[in-house]
Amino acid sequence: MSLWEYANPKKFLGLSGAVLPWVSAGAALCLVVGLVWGFFLTPDAARFQSTVKIIYLHVPAALMAINAWIMMLVASLIWIVRRHHVSALAAKAAAPVGMVMTVIALVTGAIWGQPMWGTWWAWDPRLTSFLILFLFYLGYIALWDAIDNPDTTADLTSILCLVGSVFAVLSRYAVLFWNQGLHQGASLSLDKEENVADVFYFPLLVCIAGFVLLFLALVLLRTRTEIRARRIKALLARERQA
Amino acid sequence: MIALLGRDLALAVRAGGGFGLGLAFFLIVTVLVPFGVGPEPRLLASIAPGILWLGALLACLLSLDRILALDWEDGTLDLMATAPLPMEALVSVKALAHWLTTGLPLVLAAPAMGVLLSLPAPGYLWLTLGLALGTPALSVIGTFGAALTVGLKRGGLLLSLLVLPLYVPTLIFGAEVARRGAVGLDVATPLAMLAGITCGTIALLPFASAAVLKVNLR
Repeated sequence: MSLWEYANPKKFLGLSGAVLPWVSAGAALCLVVGLVWGFFLTPDAARFQSTVKIIYLHVPAALMAINAWIMMLVASLIWIVRRHHVSALAAKAAAPVGMVMTVIALVTGAIWGQPMWGTWWAWDPRLTSFLILFLFYLGYIALWDAIDNPDTTADLTSILCLVGSVFAVLSRYAVLFWNQGLHQGASLSLDKEENVADVFYFPLLVCIAGFVLLFLALVLLRTRTEIRARRIKALLARERQA
Repeated sequence: MIALLGRDLALAVRAGGGFGLGLAFFLIVTVLVPFGVGPEPRLLASIAPGILWLGALLACLLSLDRILALDWEDGTLDLMATAPLPMEALVSVKALAHWLTTGLPLVLAAPAMGVLLSLPAPGYLWLTLGLALGTPALSVIGTFGAALTVGLKRGGLLLSLLVLPLYVPTLIFGAEVARRGAVGLDVATPLAMLAGITCGTIALLPFASAAVLKVNLR
């Protein structure tokens, strides 16, 4: 019994089918609790008034936007090394979800920045990095859609993902060098004493858990769809030959 | 390798288009900018480094799909793949040929264009040096993009989309070198970063390009 057994699509479908309802329910529960708690049961922050509440969407979405790319990177590596189709399909399934997370982070950031910074957009390092990340997602998804042969596309996109990761990190530090930012420092970090105040911290953690579970649920669902779509294609091809 | 390089260069020069295209585009951009933003020398001087780098980048982008597409269409690429030359060398030579026909003319033309945009005097050396250091990276990254999209009928838009974010670090550091040089600041840090990016991409990216090309030729 090892993890690699779930590279078998049938086994993967069995496991993911069993897990999916629980993950979905968990995501819904966490999001409802976290968002209601955050929106209605926390006080307004002194400097930001009620705009602080957008943190419950902005921070988890930004977090997942990056983590989704990392997940795609790992899945791409597994595809290149071990050539498990489920892995390639999981990477494909994660990309649009990650892109939507990036868009959520950018849009909520703009909505927050308008009253707070007085502008919808600034060429701040973090904002710029996210715009670049968005472009990477766009290119990756476009490449998946461009070519018919699934194995060729999987190879090409996974190499693009590897190269893109290197350049994404490079861009991150390049823009840091290029412009000093308006954006505040990290709200959460493991090694720092000072985080946001506890009143905001706990609902934020619940929201992050909700976003992680939501991402997991969406990726599982989309991977299952991809596997089935490919199965249908194979069946149709067999039908045509017969 | 030399034969291949000579062939690519000869094709680019003789067949018309390929050689002059990027350079012409660069000229058009820099000549048109003053009409767009007004002829005031101080304004032009402050945006000149960025405009010149942007023009060079777009000129590179314009000629990327020529790197491999023509050879792909008439089947030459398949023959080259079966030749004893390793694929990594093939893509490196392709990138070098692209740089010699697109990047190098841009580097040589950049000082003249700097005059048109009233670039401050100390900027010329750093602009030219920065372009000379940075444009090889643009060619190598572009070859990777071209290898990714070689099998597509109309891959031009996709190619631009894929290559655009990859160009960002080079553009940032390159334009920073030119900008700092123009106002007389220390250029060592961005110059070193630019050189690092170029060396890194030249050393590593051909492997990715070759892998991608092998997949596409499969």
